[in-house]
Amino acid sequence: MVQHLKEFFAAERSEEVSAVGQSTARSDIAGHVTGRTQFYADRQVRGLLHLRMVRSPHHHARIRGVDISAAETAPGVVKVLTHRDVPANIYTILKLIQVEPDDEPVLADGKARYLGEPVVAVIAESEAAAREAAGKVRVDYEELAPVLDVEEALKPGAPLVNEYHGHNYFTYEGHPFRRIRYGDVGKGFAMADHIVEERYQSSPIEHAPVETTGCIGVPEANGRITCYSNTQALFFTLDNAALILKVPFQKLRLVGGTVGGGFGGKVDVIVEPVAMLAAMLTNRPVKYAFTREEEMQVSSPRAAERIYIKDGVMKDGRIVARQIRLYVDSGAYSRHSPYGTTKAAAHMPGPYTIPNVHVDCHCVYTNRTPSSAMRGFGVTIADFALEVQMDKLARLLGMDPIEFRMRNAYRDGDMKAHGKETSGAALVEVMQAAAKMANWPLSPAAARASSTQRWGG
Amino acid sequence: MPRSFPRRLAGAEIMARIPVTFILNGAEQAEFVEAGAVAADVIRDKFALTATKVGCAQGTCGACSILVDGELQLACLIPAARLEGASVTTLEGLAPASELHPLQRAFAEGFAAQCGFCTSGMIMAGAALLARNPDPDRAAVIDAISGNICRCTGYEPIINAILSAAATMRRAKSA
Repeated sequence: MVQHLKEFFAAERSEEVSAVGQSTARSDIAGHVTGRTQFYADRQVRGLLHLRMVRSPHHHARIRGVDISAAETAPGVVKVLTHRDVPANIYTILKLIQVEPDDEPVLADGKARYLGEPVVAVIAESEAAAREAAGKVRVDYEELAPVLDVEEALKPGAPLVNEYHGHNYFTYEGHPFRRIRYGDVGKGFAMADHIVEERYQSSPIEHAPVETTGCIGVPEANGRITCYSNTQALFFTLDNAALILKVPFQKLRLVGGTVGGGFGGKVDVIVEPVAMLAAMLTNRPVKYAFTREEEMQVSSPRAAERIYIKDGVMKDGRIVARQIRLYVDSGAYSRHSPYGTTKAAAHMPGPYTIPNVHVDCHCVYTNRTPSSAMRGFGVTIADFALEVQMDKLARLLGMDPIEFRMRNAYRDGDMKAHGKETSGAALVEVMQAAAKMANWPLSPAAARASSTQRWGG
Repeated sequence: MPRSFPRRLAGAEIMARIPVTFILNGAEQAEFVEAGAVAADVIRDKFALTATKVGCAQGTCGACSILVDGELQLACLIPAARLEGASVTTLEGLAPASELHPLQRAFAEGFAAQCGFCTSGMIMAGAALLARNPDPDRAAVIDAISGNICRCTGYEPIINAILSAAATMRRAKSA
């Protein structure tokens, strides 16, 4: 149950603010319990066609040829699409917030860079007919050596994953990684009583929403295309689809907002451009929905991360230097990972005041499923690594883990490693409240501590 | 005289369709279904009853749970032809129009739905349980929804809502 702890920051709080701690009925609850909430697949559309995707069975392969002739003449098939049918085949989702270059094909052209990459779209009168015909598409692959590890991918001579970048990393303002430089970590390590260096590794995490990714593209009499979608990002989808289809934005209409579980997994623009293109070319409504297997295999997961943390710490508990090397496995394409890597950098060195900080965050391309957004991406895994590291340091020093964090917690007026002064800090108070709830005994100094005063102040 | 399928009609291939007569939410229905169609296809596409959700189409998520002759079944696995002579209840048929079943009310009041996609199946699993056990303990409720996945991980409110609805229904019966 939410508790409103009024004793904290009482001076900064208006008594008119009364929503916190109050239960309010969800506006969509009546629809959910009666089953009348309309998800995209609940639209009753006449004459619906179904789209099935032919996908690469290889992590990395040159595509020497594609033969769609047998699929085109299969029973029930209305249209078969290859990259040649896509007006602007190469895109990147965050283009409109200045992420570049375009690095991902809607349908593979000449090369497949991950297992499950879409190559050919088959559109038929029924799901069964589309599935049957997809099996008749012949793709001539020449397998290439894949690279599946972030540090291997950055070594000289590693297979080049994505030619649009020319190297296996995303470039940040001319740098091969996102950097933070603050103070002098060399000096910090030289003065430290202890130096602790650890390596942390996470695996990709699939959101596995109960409703798989999908949409229905519907051609309208006025020449526009309406797309009923379960995307979490209607506007990214509208923008990217218009650029991919080379049509003015106002020619497309996205309808959605009802998502059967997203968790960040439905932020990428994947199914809509293909479904809308298919609707344009057939002049029929087209549904493109991931099967459960596709949802698990090809929808972008939370990125795997590898994080090295090297800390210099004094016997009294002060961290005097922190050096971090962080690798985000972006998979074969950018999607949201260049942004996620920047978020990871912005989150370092954790909510602690450390005078010497050196951070390199690498966004790395490998032949794995492209990764993207998931609940606090860039931050969650970093926090796991940082806080396990904090526990290890506290244990090494023989200190209470909460008291150790309180000594280093940032406070109002502290300069952060990014060069921004801390304001509105509440970390100390949150830890005090958490300790109370967990019946974790605090020393008198820790119980007295505050975000507006230095330790012992 | 029986016809062999597939046949061609005006150049297009046509498949055999199977006539099925069954009770759907209390009303008799007759429909021709394609060979290989499952109950979920027929309920959703032919009758436009879309409370029954399809999350996996392989019998693992429970979103398509319905009652067939009072038993909890997965509509994505049952061949539609097997509905012949059966009585089917979907979430739409749980309560008369414009009324809420105690389970629906308990889910709404107890914050037991987030994205809503698993909700229909959860309520049907709860209904199947309460029909055979009006006074379940917590373990029985957990067992009853063990075939239903909620990825918003809202299991606790769901369990509490089913227990609360059970109590409401017992009170109504004894009153």
